[in-house]
Amino acid sequence: MLSLRDLTVRFEGAALAAVDGVSLDLEAGQVMAVLGPSGCGKSTLLRAVAGLEPLASGSVSYGGRDLAGTPTHRRGFALMFQDGQLFPQQSVAGNVGYALRLRRRPAREVARRVEELLELVGLPGFGGRSTTGLSGGERQRVALARALAVDPRLLLLDEPLSALDRTLRERLAGDLREILATAGTTALFVTHDQEEAFAVADRMALMRDGRIVQQGGVEQVWHHPADAEAARFLGYATVLDGTAAEVVLRAGGSTAKGPVALRRSALRAVGDSVEGGLRGRVLEERATPEVVRLAVEVAGVGRVDAVADLPSAGAPAPGVGSVVPLAVDLTRAALLEGPGAAARTP
Amino acid sequence: MRSRARGVAAVAALAALPLGVLGVFFVLPVAGMVGRGFVVDGHLGVGSVLDVLGREQVHRVLWFTVWSSSAATAVTVLLGLPVTFVLFRLRFPGRRLLRAFVLMPFVMPTVVVGVAFRTLLSSSGALGGLHLDGTPMAIVAAMVFFNLAVVVRTVGALWEGLDPRREEAAAALGANPWQVLRTVTLPALAPAVVASASVVFLFCATSFGVVLTLGGVRHATVETEIYLLTTQLLDLRAAAALSVLQLLVVSLLLYVAQRTRARREQSLDRVGERESTRRPRRRDVPVMAMSLVALALVAAPLAALVVRSLRVEGGWGLGHYRALAGSGGGALLVPATTALANSWRIAVDATLVALVLGFLVSVVVSLRPRWPAGRRWLAVLDAAFALPLGVSAVTLGFGFLVTLDRPPLDLRTSGLLVPVAQALVALPLVVRTLSPVLRSVEPRQRQAAASLGASPLRVLLTVDAPLVWRPTLAAAGFAFAVSLGEFGATSFLARPERPTLPVVIYQLVSRPGEANFGMALAASVLLGAVTVVVMAVVERLRLGSVGAF
Repeated sequence: MLSLRDLTVRFEGAALAAVDGVSLDLEAGQVMAVLGPSGCGKSTLLRAVAGLEPLASGSVSYGGRDLAGTPTHRRGFALMFQDGQLFPQQSVAGNVGYALRLRRRPAREVARRVEELLELVGLPGFGGRSTTGLSGGERQRVALARALAVDPRLLLLDEPLSALDRTLRERLAGDLREILATAGTTALFVTHDQEEAFAVADRMALMRDGRIVQQGGVEQVWHHPADAEAARFLGYATVLDGTAAEVVLRAGGSTAKGPVALRRSALRAVGDSVEGGLRGRVLEERATPEVVRLAVEVAGVGRVDAVADLPSAGAPAPGVGSVVPLAVDLTRAALLEGPGAAARTP
Repeated sequence: MRSRARGVAAVAALAALPLGVLGVFFVLPVAGMVGRGFVVDGHLGVGSVLDVLGREQVHRVLWFTVWSSSAATAVTVLLGLPVTFVLFRLRFPGRRLLRAFVLMPFVMPTVVVGVAFRTLLSSSGALGGLHLDGTPMAIVAAMVFFNLAVVVRTVGALWEGLDPRREEAAAALGANPWQVLRTVTLPALAPAVVASASVVFLFCATSFGVVLTLGGVRHATVETEIYLLTTQLLDLRAAAALSVLQLLVVSLLLYVAQRTRARREQSLDRVGERESTRRPRRRDVPVMAMSLVALALVAAPLAALVVRSLRVEGGWGLGHYRALAGSGGGALLVPATTALANSWRIAVDATLVALVLGFLVSVVVSLRPRWPAGRRWLAVLDAAFALPLGVSAVTLGFGFLVTLDRPPLDLRTSGLLVPVAQALVALPLVVRTLSPVLRSVEPRQRQAAASLGASPLRVLLTVDAPLVWRPTLAAAGFAFAVSLGEFGATSFLARPERPTLPVVIYQLVSRPGEANFGMALAASVLLGAVTVVVMAVVERLRLGSVGAF
């Protein structure tokens, strides 16, 4: 449905393109996350799709129609910003019903739909309130209801949850997915938070320096990062290559070859040594509420991250300098795709 | 409780001098002027005031004041909004220069503007074919010329910080550009628009020099009528009645402006220039065309003035300028060059007075007392110092004459009178420039400095001073410009042998003869040029939009 071809955006005076030859496809009803570090051009990409940035080259089309001559307000999309951008002069209901009033829907229908949408986003009865008294999470919910009001054929979300604190963000990410699924909305959203992308999207595109380096289903991208940098961005703590990779893979019972990315919990310090397992000398240790985080030196591998269980009466923490047996859990690791995988679109 | 008492004492000490000055040089003269009219044969005569307000001539004057000011305000806002958009939301080379240019008329001496419009519209002028000379249209056009700066500055200060993403969100929801403007942009700008419109109306309704030079006696506003009643007809009762009426209306308008301003100061999350401006696009053409019209309105009279001043009999030359050193064939008591020197010296004194008073007032009104009564008192104080902004300068000038001419305050010959009167006229602008800056100093910065061991003096030097010195210079520039061009009060107070340049210009234009008018043109160019140079220096300080009335 949404189809981007070689989309390029340049800013005046900038040597490099902000968005550089991006091609993406999004089917109706899908939610795609564009994941990338800040400054990678992902927000500019979103603005270009909305028609807010002029394209240097390439095209944006929807349902087979090129949108080059279509101004933002005729695209039938909706855009939701990081900080909501609610209209402060209007009440919550006024904001949510804004797009409906633009389309001159009868007042009674507007009122009914507003109530319905507020229900959907979990703010029933908020219609009469002023937007200034709302909390950050409430503001984002109102902004979402406003964007969903006229069933946009594409919803664009610019870091919708980034301005919120962690707990709220996690809860709202789940809600967001459910709301989008309920409404059957096609959505493109950009974020720098991999967990948010994982929680909300069906498909994922990794963006770096204005280019898409990898795209595919969330699971697929997650389990097969295109390269070391992509893996690190997806939250893998260590990327190993050559013999180091081989040693770890073998210890995990795999015969695969090639570079491997390890999450921190792929190596776990255990009480008794396991067959074919590794041993590492503890260089650093730091307790967190869930686990003890370790940095260990493993022969043939080098310095890697690992975890240990929180100390209990029977099992004290390993202690810096001690040598501990390490179990390798390859479900917490990912084989990187070979060179050229970045260009492959599944 | 002890510390509160000490705080009150400190505030009272700071406020004492400005309040004293305001009492002696503002309340006393205005009250004296009003008293002259109300007290008939030793007792209060309200009936006589009502009698004055029933006169047909008064009705005519009131009606003319209201409609000309309303029309000028409406046109100013309608022209001002597109100009503000172009100058504050679009990115193109030269817009800083254009901004400075649009703001220039506000500090132009009123007499100069009057002369400029007459030059432009007179039968021999560039727009003589329109036959607007001496019509109300000319007066309205001149009022718009002056006050465009007020709208551009006030609305621009808000508009330049408005996050464009709010408009983009509306556009993405399906709002066309017109709907975006109507439902998102204008509601956000409303406080600034209302505030600037009320100030513009105020300035229009109390404008004096421009109406006097353009309208003559045919089209009188309340302000010029007060002047005529006092100086020509010697009808103090009627003049006082009009003064009181004006005072009431002005206070009401100031109250409205103050209310909307207070709401504006709880500022929205502002964005920087990079985010808020964009390059012009094709659909901006209508707006840019309207801005060009407005810019032409600003440029045409000034251009006409300069060009005509260089026109001498049978060609071009500096003859009119050379004549400024002489007495104009007996028309003047002192040469215009001497008058300029007078103006300069008086402006320096007036600026010093206005700065000292303004600084004290600003410090006091920018305090944030913790208890509600304190806040209310400060609001009253703030409003009191804004009053000279709207009170008729003519009333003030005449009040000086009638109250400060006998012991214990016989100041008529002291040479202090003119600078003090001008300082009072400039005071509200100084306060409006300084107090927002002082208010914006984050108190936690002071607390941080103090916690690191800085003494109160050190805090003042390291936290406040770096923020305040530029606005202080800007305020000085404003005060200087206002003082240079002040005509209403000065026309009463300047002694014949020590006139200021605006007074001389008025004398020249009100006498017949081509030579006199030529000299008036040259003197106007000179005065305008000095003012512009002073303001250009101020603009160089890059204050952005600090001090938007």
